[in-house]
This record gives sequence, C-alpha cells and structure tokens, in this order.
Amino acid sequence: MIPRAELDARLGGAARAWLDEALAEAAHTAARPSAGYGTAPWELRFASAGRHLGADVLDDARVLLLVTARVDAPTATRIYQQGTAAERRAVLLALADLGIEPSAGVPLVEDALRANDTRLVAAAVGPYAAAHLDPHAWRHAVLKCLFTAVSVDAVASLRERAHGDAELARMLGDYAKERIAAGRPVPDDLHRVLALTGAEES
Amino acid sequence: MRIFDPHIHMTSRTTDDYEAMYAAGVRAVVEPAFWLGQPRTSPASFFDYFDALLGWEPFRAAQYGIAHHCTIALNPKEANDPRCTPVLDELPRYLVKDGVVAVGEIGYDSMTPAEDHALAAQLQLAAEHGLPAMVHTPHRDKLTGLRRTIDVVRESALAPDRVLLDHLNETTVREAKDSGAWLGFSVYPDTKMDEDRMVAVLDEYGPEKVLVNSAADWGKSDPLKTRKVADAMLKAGFDEDAVDLVLWRNPVAFYGLSGRLDLDLTAPGALHEGNSILRGGE
Repeated sequence: MIPRAELDARLGGAARAWLDEALAEAAHTAARPSAGYGTAPWELRFASAGRHLGADVLDDARVLLLVTARVDAPTATRIYQQGTAAERRAVLLALADLGIEPSAGVPLVEDALRANDTRLVAAAVGPYAAAHLDPHAWRHAVLKCLFTAVSVDAVASLRERAHGDAELARMLGDYAKERIAAGRPVPDDLHRVLALTGAEES
Repeated sequence: MRIFDPHIHMTSRTTDDYEAMYAAGVRAVVEPAFWLGQPRTSPASFFDYFDALLGWEPFRAAQYGIAHHCTIALNPKEANDPRCTPVLDELPRYLVKDGVVAVGEIGYDSMTPAEDHALAAQLQLAAEHGLPAMVHTPHRDKLTGLRRTIDVVRESALAPDRVLLDHLNETTVREAKDSGAWLGFSVYPDTKMDEDRMVAVLDEYGPEKVLVNSAADWGKSDPLKTRKVADAMLKAGFDEDAVDLVLWRNPVAFYGLSGRLDLDLTAPGALHEGNSILRGGE
C-alpha cells in the first residue's frame, strides 16, 4: 500500500478533496462497523472512484479505502463478488494489508486465477498469494502468467518460492518443449523462472 | 475517421468483429444490457451478465483498441416475467459503477402493465443516479409505442434531453424529434433502417442529436454498419464534420451526460501487458 502523501502528490485539488471525504467516510465505518442500514457511503465512493480520481491512481486509492474502512472477510468477499473487474483488482491487491484469513482470501485469489482477464491474474499473484497459496496452486499461477503474458515481475516472492522447486522446473521444461514443438517462441520469463528454480536448462 | 457505435451487443460477437471494427475506425462502443435470445429464469443469471459487461467484455474490447462502456437495465421483454423482476431491486448497486453510462435498454416490447411499471421505475432510477436513459422503441405497433414512451418520459423525473429514443425510422422520427430527445437509428442488413434511408432521414431532419448504431447482436446484423453509413453520408454530399458529428460527437455528448465516459484507452499495460485472448487460442 502506498502512503497517503504519495497518493496526494499525484492528485489534483478536486480529486484530493474527494478522496479526503471518501477516506473520512471509510474511517467512520471502521469506527462504527455495524451502524446504519443499506450501503455504507464509503462503498459508493469505492465504486465511483474511477470517474473522480482517474485511472492512474485508482488501484492505490481503492486499496487505501479498503484498508481505512478495515473491511472484514465477509465484506471483502461481497465487494469482490459484486465488483467490476477494476474493483475486484483492488480487493485482491488489498488482501495482504487487510490481514484476511486464508479461508476467506484464498478463494478470491483462486477465482481471479481462473479468469483470463490479465488485470485480475496480475493482481492475484501478489504477496497474499505468495504467503497462502499451496505449492500446486502457486505453480499453476506462475504458469498462468506465462500463458497469458503477465510479466512474472507481478509474482511476489518469486525468487524465494521458486528456489529449489523441482516440480515447477519440470512444468516449465514441459511447457518450453510444447512451445518449441509448435514452432512458437518460448517466453523470456520462462527462462528467468527456470533459472530461479536452480534447475539446469535441458 | 473515428467511429463510436452507441449500441452494439459485443457479448454476442467474435474477436474477428472487434478486429474488423477497429480497422473500419471504431474506437468506442456502448453495449446495452438486453435480451439474450434464450429467456432467463432467475436474477442471478442477469447479474453474471451485468458483471461480464463490467469485466470481461471491456477487457476483450481493450485488446483491440476499443473503449467499451455499458448500459444496465431489466429489458422490457423479460420485465414481463415475474421470475426476473427482482432484478429491478438490485439495479442501484450496478448503476453506481464507473463503466455504466446510462440506464438501458428500457422501453416497450408488448406494451403491458408490467412494462409500464419497469419503464417508469427505471426512468426514476436514471434520474436518481445522474444517468441518461437509453429507451428502445418497440418493433410491433411502433408509432403507438413511441407515443406511449414519450408520455411516460414526460411524466418522469428525467428530462427528455437526457433520453435517447432508439430504433427510430421514417414513421417515428418527427414525433421523436419534437419531444426533445436524442434520436437513435439502428442500421441492419434486412430489417430496421438501411444506409440509404438513413442518409435520407439525415437530409430531411439534420444531423443534430442523431446517433447511428449497428445494434449488432446474435441475429443477422453487421457490426460495420456504422462505417457504411459514414461512407454513404460522404457519398451523398455530407462533409466530414457532419459525419464526425453523427458517428462520434453526438454519442460522446449523449453518454457524456453520465460524467463517466472515459475514452482514454489505456491498453492493459504495466503489470498486465499480456493478451490472454490472442494467446488463448495458442
């Protein structure tokens, strides 16, 4: 999560004022989570942030709203499930900062990894996935990045988790063979990850 | 030439269509929520569809350099099925979303009391959410349907200049224009309007507040009809400014009433430079 001051520096005056109000509403909900009926005002801000703040700061601002509202697991799940692709991205990016328990957070990551929308795939392979995905799911997430041309720069803790992973190395090797057999280029990222596993290229 | 197709159901089209549309000059589309051919039997089926209009479909469009927005509503045909009407209660949570630029398609199909209710309720929702409304006029008994539509709009909280009356033709354009609404024309291979009739209507009524769309869907239709109308306009002596007004500036002005139109297409870049559609077939 990026600090508020850094976010402010990227916003114009009207957008900054709008974000001020949105964050105040989120903080209000965090302080009194069960107060009121209907949709919490900050959630309407969360949904409409794009047209008030612009695309450049959208992810960071939405993550800040989620964290400021201190959303719990059921709320994060609901916001994800009822969200646009852009809103789902923000929930995925916020999972680690929110400290959502794996029983609630991992299903959201798995949902995003089933998507072919690369915006969701890229947001799913952050620190939360690094901390909580089991080896099989994590390897498939890495492979999915290679398949959909999501840069493995998006994969958090890639070096640590890939290191010594012989099964990942096998999967990468098989994928490389499949590409070569089809006369298609092997993605540069594949060589990078293979090197991180410590396996020799065959 | 830049083209904005203000009514096209891309969910029903292929990536070949996106490619051909881009080559023809299409840079922006609006996809109205509508009937899918096969009737739906539960609200959840609508919600997955609405989510696709706010997730997968704009992603697909962006892969081909086309900005995608949508309109959300319970369509008139399914407004008659009590299994579907609970959709109306869930619309507010969709109408706040960034990618939603109007309430639509609403309007009449068979002009039933259930359709009266859905139309009035959704015009009210549009007013409450600061959105314009995209109102389709019925295929059967069109002129009567248009008049009834205009009456319901007049009784609503939404000003006529925030309403687009669509699927107009020679028999309905005059009264639609007199109502103060925006005028939409769907150009089809066999039914609705064709290119030459469209040019004749533009000649007679002028290009102001006129929007031309392909309304392409799963039926016999052509996603390049917008370009074909532009070419027909030029051939008939309209200048490039008039073409740009009808095929770009008018749709931008109408859907821009939402304050949510974002035509700066950021190709899925940075962390997501990939192309899972192009790559998906490999």
